[in-house]
This record gives sequence, structure tokens and C-alpha cells, in this order.
Amino acid sequence: MLRIKNVESGYGRLKVLKKVTMHIGAGEIVTIIGANGAGKTTLLRTVSGLIPARSGEILFEMKEIGELPPERIVFLGCSLVPEGRQVFAPMTVKENILLGAYPQYRRKRGDQVREDLERIYGLFPRLRERERQLAGTLSGGEQQMLAIARALMARPKLIMMDEPSMGLAPLIIKDIFSIVTRLRAEGGTVLLVEQNAKAALGIADRGYVLETGRIIMEGTAEDLLSNREVQRAYLGRDLDAEGTM
Amino acid sequence: MLGGMIAVTMHKLVPLPLAILFAVVLTMIVGAVIEIVFIRWLHKPSVLRMVIITIGISILIREIALHIWGESVRALPYFTGSSVSSINLGGVYISSQVLWVVGIGALAVAALTAFFGLTMLGRQMRACAANRDAARLCGIDAKNMVTLSFVLSAAIGAIGGCVVCPITYVQYDSGTQLAIKGFTVAILGGLGNSTAAVGAGMILGILESFSIWVLPTAYKEAISIAILLAILFVKPSGIFGSAEAARLKEF
Ligand SMILES: Nc1ncnc2c1ncn2[C@@H]1O[C@H](COP(=O)(O)OP(=O)(O)OP(=O)(O)O)[C@@H](O)[C@H]1O
Ligand SMILES: [Mg+2]
Repeated sequence: MLRIKNVESGYGRLKVLKKVTMHIGAGEIVTIIGANGAGKTTLLRTVSGLIPARSGEILFEMKEIGELPPERIVFLGCSLVPEGRQVFAPMTVKENILLGAYPQYRRKRGDQVREDLERIYGLFPRLRERERQLAGTLSGGEQQMLAIARALMARPKLIMMDEPSMGLAPLIIKDIFSIVTRLRAEGGTVLLVEQNAKAALGIADRGYVLETGRIIMEGTAEDLLSNREVQRAYLGRDLDAEGTM
Repeated sequence: MLGGMIAVTMHKLVPLPLAILFAVVLTMIVGAVIEIVFIRWLHKPSVLRMVIITIGISILIREIALHIWGESVRALPYFTGSSVSSINLGGVYISSQVLWVVGIGALAVAALTAFFGLTMLGRQMRACAANRDAARLCGIDAKNMVTLSFVLSAAIGAIGGCVVCPITYVQYDSGTQLAIKGFTVAILGGLGNSTAAVGAGMILGILESFSIWVLPTAYKEAISIAILLAILFVKPSGIFGSAEAARLKEF
């Protein structure tokens, strides 16, 4: 579905990603784990078109998207739930969700929006209760749900999520992760970026480890979970702090 | 200014409504061209940068207008009645053009409120203002939204210019004073809140009128700048805005 080959990108003169190569097949949950500043967000922003790739190829469904602006990439069916939620704070919850459906209107599928809205409210009943509330006044967990809901309204074939668990209580993280597995069960494909490596590998099919802009390891989720180096570098703290998850 | 001037010129050739329509459309085109030529290619257009650039362009346009139309003062005729006729409203005599100004102003506020609140396009524009990257991730073409906002404000400016110019007259440099007043009123009301801006406009008008009791008339025009500075220092969220709303301000 998504194939990235030798991609390099960064900000100004700073090169963050160095020859990153990876792929995601349809129906998979793939996770990227890595420490702060490893370049995970940069990778997702590059794929979604927010920052241009300096070199390399990004193929989405065999189509080169490295040069396209984000609005075109969304139309093709690749959506990003950005780091830090980025909801439209001064607008209502419902307005936020409907804006997510804009690609559907452009594809002349506006008639499906009503049905999609019901499906989304089924996934996130809290959002229905808060339909008229300003998005900026939602709690962190609710904003994260809203950000996911907004992205899903575009009916993406691939949804990329940047640290959806950041700053949330364990119970809500559980909710969000169960939504991710549910998306796969319904035929979706998910690229999940997480600091919470243990939880992410727990639901993922495969994973990549990103360190200072390079992929240093890849494998099935089980292999990575049992890999000693991964355990030491990314799971050690998790085991003590989040032993219940 | 541009809207008023074009309307006055066109009115020599065609009837008034047509002249105004023409002026509004032409000003919208000018707005679009300005955005496409001067703003669109900017890498990271912050609001402040756009404001500074547009102020520069407005000086340019003023000089061009001086060349085209000279220094003479012009005006459109009153839309109905004449400058000496007036309408009796419960004992108060008001010039009919004032009613046109108030009426069209109210209509514009209502239309804008509906546009931004109810239409997909209006919501897209607000989304872009609130969070540009997130809007692009929803498939919204942010650059087109900026162009559209220039066209929209050009239209509002042109309509405003046409409606007030029978009373205020129009000259190559009119508009600057109005821009300062407009900005004061917008800040006073709390940016992004058109209904409150109307209230703020009334307050400013009343203050200006009463100021001539205590201050020399020459200071009348300085009132708005004084208020602008005072508000920016004391309560930047505007007198009608709550701090909570200001935190989530769409701007
Ligand atoms: N807008 C920017 N301008 C310049 N440098 C940036 C910018 N954004 C990120 N960087 C730098 O790029 C590097 C990678 O950042 P990135 O946000 O991709 O990391 P990350 O893996 O997502 O980290 P985290 O887990 O903390 O979110 C960091 O060294 C960071 O300082
Ligand atoms: Mg990040």
C-alpha cells in the first residue's frame, strides 16, 4: 500500500531522515518506535506532504506522491492524525468532524457523509454528546478522539497516527488502541507512531525502530518484543512504569 | 476608496446599481490579483507579514489612484432622495442615505455570519485560520482560501465605499482614516466577532461626537487611535470578549 524508498528530508539545512526505507501492506498495523527526536513525526509529515522529501521515492498504491501537496495526498486516501491533535479549537466538535469529510464532498460522495457521521459517533459516543462544544474546550482524550474521527471521515485507505496516546490516562489509551485494532478488523490499514512501544507492539503486526533518522531494526511485532536490544532501549522503562498494560 | 472611485467613474456611463456592481466586481478582481501576485508565493505567510505587505500595497494603490483620478473630491448621488431631503423617524430627521448605510451594513453582517457559520466554504476558511496545517490535512487548499479571503474583504470594502461615499465623499486617499477606525472597532469588539464590532462601532461614533464638547474638533480623528492603543494595552480581547473566548480566537 505504502512504499518508502531511501527517503531523506528535514528542516532548512537540518537533515533529519537519512535514507529511510519501509513499506506497509494493506490490512496491516505497522508501528514505528523511537526515542524523542528520532524523526518519527518528520517521517509522517513527509509522507503526508507537509514537508517535501529531498530525495527518494514515496509510493502510495504504486503512485509517486513525493511531490504532491497534502491536500492531494488526502484525496488519494492517505490521512494523518497529527501529533498533538491539532483540532480546530474555535470550531465546534461537529464542524471539526464535517471538515474531515471534505475530501468525500470533493469526490462527490457527499451522500455518504451522514452515514459516516453515525458510524463515527458509534465509535466515539463522547463526541456525539459534545457535538456543539468548542473543540478547544475538550479534554485531551476527547481532542485525540476528535482528531481521529476527523481523519476517518475522509474514508482513508491508510491512516497514520502520530503518538495518539501522548499525555492520556491508561484507560483512554486502551480505548484508542482498541479503536485501532477495530479499524484493522474492518479492513483498514494503520501506521502507528508511538513512544509507548510495548502497547504499540502489542497490537501491531510489524514494527520499525527509528533512531536518529535511520531505521535500525525491523521485524514482526513478536520478534521486536522479544529482541533484547529493543527491550533494553524502548521497553525497559515501560515494564516498570506501565506493567499493567 | 477604490470601490467608490470606480463606481463614481462608471456612473457617468451606466445606471447607479450597475455602476456599483461593476465597482464591487472590479475591486474583487484587484483583491485576487494582489493576493496572487504579492502574497501567494510567500513561504510562511504570517498574519503580521500579510498586514504589513497589504499596507505597503495600499500606499501603492493610493498613488496610482492619484495619477488616474487626480486630487478632486467626488461622490455618488444619494441612492434615494437627495442630500437635502430627509426622512422623519419618530421626530428625528435622518438622511435616507444613512438608512442605506445601516441597512446594508446589517445585511453584510448577517450574510457574513451565515457564510462563516453555515456553509462548507465558510467553515473551510475558518479552519484555515484556526490551524493551517490541519486544514491542509483535511484536503483544504489553504492558498485558495487566502485568495478567497482577499476577494471577500475587497468586496466588503467596495460595497462599504460605495454606500458611504454619497455622505463622506471620496478622494484618492480616503480609506486610510477609515481603515484605522475599522481596525479600532474590530479590536474593540474583539477580533472575529462581527456582531460585537457593530456595537463597538456605535460606541466609537458616540465617543467621537461627544469628544468635541471637551476637546478641540481637530482631535476628533485622534480618538480612535487613542482607543485602539488603550484597548491593546488594557484588554486585547476586546470589551465584549471573555478571556476564554480570546484564547480560542479565530484569527
Ligand atoms: N520545524 C522544525 N524545524 C527544525 N527542526 C525541527 C523541526 N521539527 C523537528 N525538528 C527537529 O527534527 C528532529 C526530529 O524531530 P521529530 O519531531 O521528527 O522527532 P520525533 O521522533 O517525532 O520525536 P517525539 O517523540 O519527541 O515526537 C529533532 O531533532 C527536532 O529538533
Ligand atoms: Mg513526534
